[in-house]
Amino acid sequence: MNLFADFPPFLILFIGALFVPLFRGHWRSAWVILLPCLAFLNICLLPTPAEGQATLSWSVKFFPWLNDSLSLLRVDRLAKAFGFIFTLNAVAAFVFAFYVKKSTQHIAALVYIGSALGAVFAGDLLSLYVFWEIMAVSSTFVILARKTEKAKGAAFRYVMIHLFGGLFFLAGLVLTIHQTGSIAFNGFDFSTQQNLGTWLLLIGILVNAGAPPLSAWLSDAYPEASVTGGVILSAYTTKTAVYVLLRGFDGWDPLIWIGCLMSIYGIVYALLENDMRRILAYSIINQVGFMVAAAGIGGPIAISGATAHAFCHIIYKSLLWMSAGAVLYRVGRSKCTELGGLYKTMPWTLIFGTIGALAISAVPLTSGFTSKTIILHAAELGAEHRSWLFWPWLILEAASAGVFLHAGIKFPYFVFFNVDRGLRPKEAPKSMLAAMGFLAFLCLFLGIYPAPLYAILPYHVDYTAWTVSHVVTQMQLLMLSALVFFLFLPLLKRTSTISLDTDWFYRKGGKLFYDLMDRSLNGINAVVGRVVNGCAVPAIVRFFAHGPSYLATTAMMPVWKMQGHDADEIARRKAVVYTRCEQGAFPIGITACLAVLLLALLFVVSYLSHTDHVHGNR
Amino acid sequence: MEANDDKSPSKKEAEFDWFDRPESRRLLCKLLYAACAVSVIAEIPLFFLHKRHGHFGEHSVDGWIFFYASLGFIACSLMIIGAKWLGYLLKKPEDYYGEPGEKTLPEDIDESLR
Repeated sequence: MNLFADFPPFLILFIGALFVPLFRGHWRSAWVILLPCLAFLNICLLPTPAEGQATLSWSVKFFPWLNDSLSLLRVDRLAKAFGFIFTLNAVAAFVFAFYVKKSTQHIAALVYIGSALGAVFAGDLLSLYVFWEIMAVSSTFVILARKTEKAKGAAFRYVMIHLFGGLFFLAGLVLTIHQTGSIAFNGFDFSTQQNLGTWLLLIGILVNAGAPPLSAWLSDAYPEASVTGGVILSAYTTKTAVYVLLRGFDGWDPLIWIGCLMSIYGIVYALLENDMRRILAYSIINQVGFMVAAAGIGGPIAISGATAHAFCHIIYKSLLWMSAGAVLYRVGRSKCTELGGLYKTMPWTLIFGTIGALAISAVPLTSGFTSKTIILHAAELGAEHRSWLFWPWLILEAASAGVFLHAGIKFPYFVFFNVDRGLRPKEAPKSMLAAMGFLAFLCLFLGIYPAPLYAILPYHVDYTAWTVSHVVTQMQLLMLSALVFFLFLPLLKRTSTISLDTDWFYRKGGKLFYDLMDRSLNGINAVVGRVVNGCAVPAIVRFFAHGPSYLATTAMMPVWKMQGHDADEIARRKAVVYTRCEQGAFPIGITACLAVLLLALLFVVSYLSHTDHVHGNR
Repeated sequence: MEANDDKSPSKKEAEFDWFDRPESRRLLCKLLYAACAVSVIAEIPLFFLHKRHGHFGEHSVDGWIFFYASLGFIACSLMIIGAKWLGYLLKKPEDYYGEPGEKTLPEDIDESLR
């Protein structure tokens, strides 16, 4: 136990991942469930410092020119809160994935989750960067594990965008280390530490958070992952970015507006989408928008609110991905236009999925109500000093209403109700139901009794969501949104289409660039090829093959004419000389004579050029 | 409810189809109207007895009666109409990017479907 009190949790998953191939069948599934359980226990046993304090361990003085040492384990309340939910969600996700037999996805998922844990507990910028990149690569393998052509394409675009974002992070890291001489990762102050380095860092982090315009990787790649891969992916990359924002960019005003943009953007695109998992992918962007805005609002309450919201969000978002995954697993389809009427044979999946949908909509009695409202409360409090916070607050309230539209109602309605398409799949497998039941329980538990969650937040929160006026106003907001959904239902009719997102620029743009390069460079190549191979080379060949013969016959013409031969005789001689030239079959005398003549010519030319040279030098 | 592998609905068992019936849809619709009405009416005593204040100063908009109901209604309408309009611009056929379709179901789908 003492060992666990000072042990980096990511190592449990990394080392455990190595042993996955040694197990077979259910033992392997059990092993991968055991690992995050151990990591959860490990995080429980880590000491909990007081608010604002941190303990550093596993430190190595790696670079002699840096004052700081690398540290793999920084424990404070913020890191622990994220560690708890990361491992808890991993347990549920691996229970859900109990039926998966292939080891590749398990290994990739364990490394991915492990590196997310490593990033959260990393004590300095360099270690954070290393885990950040391991996360990008391992998550790519989680996407690839579905082994479809679409997944391969999406994974390629995914890793390119993340490496691109990683380069921003690296550039910002180098500049920051250069400026401060330190790799410490504490908060960057908005008023004094705004410079190119911190802005580049911020851009790199926002790529992972899914902020537009570099957000399309999320809705592009996650829905192409496997049934279980989507569940695992939905939790870690964006929330690790949220963690970094909460720690590093507390109170950076521009984040408020970026968060507002994300929350609205996610809703509008989710309303346009037809694929159920893509709807959920867009709603991740919408939800992360709330957390990014909270990081921008800053201060203890906003940071705690964002942490609470990340905690609850991971639970209900996983639950939603699980219910969508269970449907996909049983039906093999994920488009709203091909689904409907599933409540008849998948009632438990419906019930659990609906609990997740209500939780994401922050309906009272669910965890969304006790967590998201802290962020809005923080905006209200922040308005004392920044009165313009009213506008972000209004946008976030409107977005809360919109969440009910696209995730709260649209997802369950089009998948489980709408029209009966004659689908009669079996209920989801027991392992999936167990995982969903566990998360659904947490959604309701934290909605009714949020005290255990409030207790692990980075700062003490003196907040009660449960006031009469709060419940009434929230119900007004949500019920009227529901009314709008059903009033506008004809406008929301699903079409079998995709919606263009910012990935259009690199998907079509990349193709355009490729075509342009193809046409221009290959065009030049073809023209040159035609000219060289079609004209120049044959001409040269002809010249060297027949040129001397022509020259010889042409040179002889005046001689023959002077000798007074008639045209027939000239033609005969010409033919003879030509054939001899072609075959190189001159009588020895002529050959010797020509050779002497040539040598004489050479001698004269070289003599002349030599004297020229000598004279010239003078 | 026993599930069956067959995709065609089994006629033998009485299937649970309550949500498909027009009368239950009408009932649910009425319930929704009732819930809206209750949530809106519930604010009236609250407003006059507790004097709910706005969070952004004495006279800020969010202190007005029915503010949240109006916000929900207006914001959602705008978002749906906005999305509809954007849809004309952004919606494209599924083969827009010319990706190859899958010939077989991926490995992660229930084996009985393959």
